[in-house]
Amino acid sequence: MKPFDEMIESGGQVRPPYGQLKCWLDTQNPERLAQKALDAENVFRKTGITFAVYGDEEAAERLIPFDIIPRIITGNEWRRLSQGIEQRVMALNAFLDDIYHRQEIIRAGRIPRELFIHNDAYLPEMIGFRPPGNVYTHIIGVDIVRTEENQFYVLEDNARTPSGVSYMLENRETMMQLFPELFQQIKVRPVETYPKQLRQSLAAVAPPGCKGTPTIAVLTPGIYNSAYFEHAFLADQMGVELVEGGDLKIENGKVVMRTTEGNRAIDVLYRRVDDSFLDPLTFRRDSALGVAGIMDVYRSGNITIANAPGTGIADDKALYSYMPEIVEFYTGRKAILENVPTYRCSEPDTLKYVLEHLPDLVVKEVHGSGGYGMLVGPAASKKECEAFALKLKANPKNYIAQPTLALSTTPIMTEKGLAPRHVDLRPFVLVSDRIRITPGGLTRVALKEGSLVVNSSQGGGTKDTWVLDD
Amino acid sequence: MLLGRTANGLYWMFRYIERAENMARLIDAGLRMALTKTSDAPEEWSSVLMSAGVKIGYDGKYKEYNASLVSDFMLRDLDNPSSVMSCVETARSNARMVRTALTREAWESVNETWMILKSTLAQSIPETDLPRVLDQIKRETAIIRGAFHGTMLRNEIFNFARIGTFIERADNTARILDVKYYVLLPSISYVGTTLDNFQWESILRSVSAHRSYRWVYDVEYNPVNIADYLILNSRMPRSLNFCYSNIVDNLKFLANDYGKRHECHDMSESIMTRLVDNDIRMIFDNGLHEFLSDLIYQTNSLSSKIAEAYNFD
Repeated sequence: MKPFDEMIESGGQVRPPYGQLKCWLDTQNPERLAQKALDAENVFRKTGITFAVYGDEEAAERLIPFDIIPRIITGNEWRRLSQGIEQRVMALNAFLDDIYHRQEIIRAGRIPRELFIHNDAYLPEMIGFRPPGNVYTHIIGVDIVRTEENQFYVLEDNARTPSGVSYMLENRETMMQLFPELFQQIKVRPVETYPKQLRQSLAAVAPPGCKGTPTIAVLTPGIYNSAYFEHAFLADQMGVELVEGGDLKIENGKVVMRTTEGNRAIDVLYRRVDDSFLDPLTFRRDSALGVAGIMDVYRSGNITIANAPGTGIADDKALYSYMPEIVEFYTGRKAILENVPTYRCSEPDTLKYVLEHLPDLVVKEVHGSGGYGMLVGPAASKKECEAFALKLKANPKNYIAQPTLALSTTPIMTEKGLAPRHVDLRPFVLVSDRIRITPGGLTRVALKEGSLVVNSSQGGGTKDTWVLDD
Repeated sequence: MLLGRTANGLYWMFRYIERAENMARLIDAGLRMALTKTSDAPEEWSSVLMSAGVKIGYDGKYKEYNASLVSDFMLRDLDNPSSVMSCVETARSNARMVRTALTREAWESVNETWMILKSTLAQSIPETDLPRVLDQIKRETAIIRGAFHGTMLRNEIFNFARIGTFIERADNTARILDVKYYVLLPSISYVGTTLDNFQWESILRSVSAHRSYRWVYDVEYNPVNIADYLILNSRMPRSLNFCYSNIVDNLKFLANDYGKRHECHDMSESIMTRLVDNDIRMIFDNGLHEFLSDLIYQTNSLSSKIAEAYNFD
């Protein structure tokens, strides 16, 4: 069966949200569009909007391919999505608070204790500690896929350090430069408020002892990190310092940064460094990316770390399959957004089923990310399936499996004109005194025909995402 | 207020951009000398390497001195941290690090220079192509300078960048003079031989001053005037006086901004005094070489004092 295409219905008719865009596209000279696509690439290259691919020496810095055809979501579709997202992030924060305190959800028998007892993402250091404002995961990127007109699934809750928001912003900026006339014809909700909202959101969760305007900083692992561009971009847009571990130390119970005028205290640290590198005194001792002693400062309430250490347990793939229960447990309602049915390979019967159906399934590592170490059954050869089966049998706990979804497609520009490709969507959510969801998000697109892997590290591209103001 | 690391990044970014340009100029002057058959080419290339401060590295790699080896080493060799390509790489890494302190235009100009020179310098440059490539390097650095001057706010960010530029430039000018100081000594001859004339022109050429010299002094080269021009003239943009007056000014802005003076302020002002209250004859009388090598030393220690004062050592 043909997957759901967001622009063209199975009967060949253009779906209403794409009506105006399609009319406009039909009047465009293909050569001009091709030229625009080149222009876009040059803008990205010139501004250095690049990302690094680990283990790829030659292309130390690469561009994420950008497709000029926008992906369109109606106001109604968005309202439903954002209600579902809001419900989900509330549940995630409530869950985090619970499992680091009374653990009611386990007492109620809704999720098994083993799930996090031996899970590295669960940090004993956080037990009994309540972060400022009672917010654990401040910045979230929820990965959503669509299979039918009205069928959306949450694929992943990126609750630790979701990236990609800079691409959402730059994609819009680029589109407005390339096609200003389109934005006059079609009313698109703005995304460029994100950096300001991020700043407001971070300021709202400053430690209670902080008087006046809080000092905010973005902590980056440095220029060799794959998302460095984004770290610099966000610091710049928020007007805050971009710091590295080497700039920071502890002085009089506060985290301070070394400046040209001496040391300055930081109140809120938006860290883009993983938990395990955050504090060599508490976590990995060989880490040069963090700050020795920051966890002590944190626990004594003198700094806010966003996202809080230990939030990774909430987006752990082993936990994902319990999300419907988690949402219901903390919000008292059924989850508005569905989960993709998930097989837990740790359960012997399920493992058997997964092994028998490998060619139809997607198998993921529980702790993996970025599309590394996964098997896409339908696209894999028999040999690859067999090799993967061995890995799976050796360590079943390390894997979950999901049916391959018929992801929706939207058109991209190819050399031969428009052609449908599979997409997903990552909207960005800010949590503090309230929940702010930017209308839009990052649409990732698999550029290869038929491919379902949208990750940029695996050759995926991005698109501007329009939420209509209708 | 800036992060110490940001001040460091700005300072070195601009030192390296300045250095890349100086390297191109030095090679240019070397080529010119080599063209005049009267001069001893290997000798000239060796002194070019010396002026560039890269002779030790070169001698560790090659045994002979000629245009193609020396220019390759100074343009493309990544083992040479002062080669144009190394400079541009380092400048860009620093720019990436301090990106939040730069305007979009300033950042893009550095990034584009890096992209263009990376491709230009990917293969060795035939001697006939050298003039074009050297011009290109100078043009690229000029664009960076233009984008920076045209778009950056005149604040501490600007000051640290300017200090980096002028510390590097002062060091470079002093070095060029010191390597050739003997051809400027009056004892050799006051009426220059043809060879002397070439040598003098070469000095001026390595700081792009061979034309402007004539506007200020005479059509005839004269070693005392040349020294005066490059050391004491307050309007020649590569003279030691000019460099130091910029260093002093930018440090003053920082002192006003931050409401605090440091040791580096006194130090820069005392060096400046020596470049203002001085006469070129006196410098010659007290020893040109001594004067220059002391200035190179002082410039180095000033650089460390600045880093110390602003927490980027």
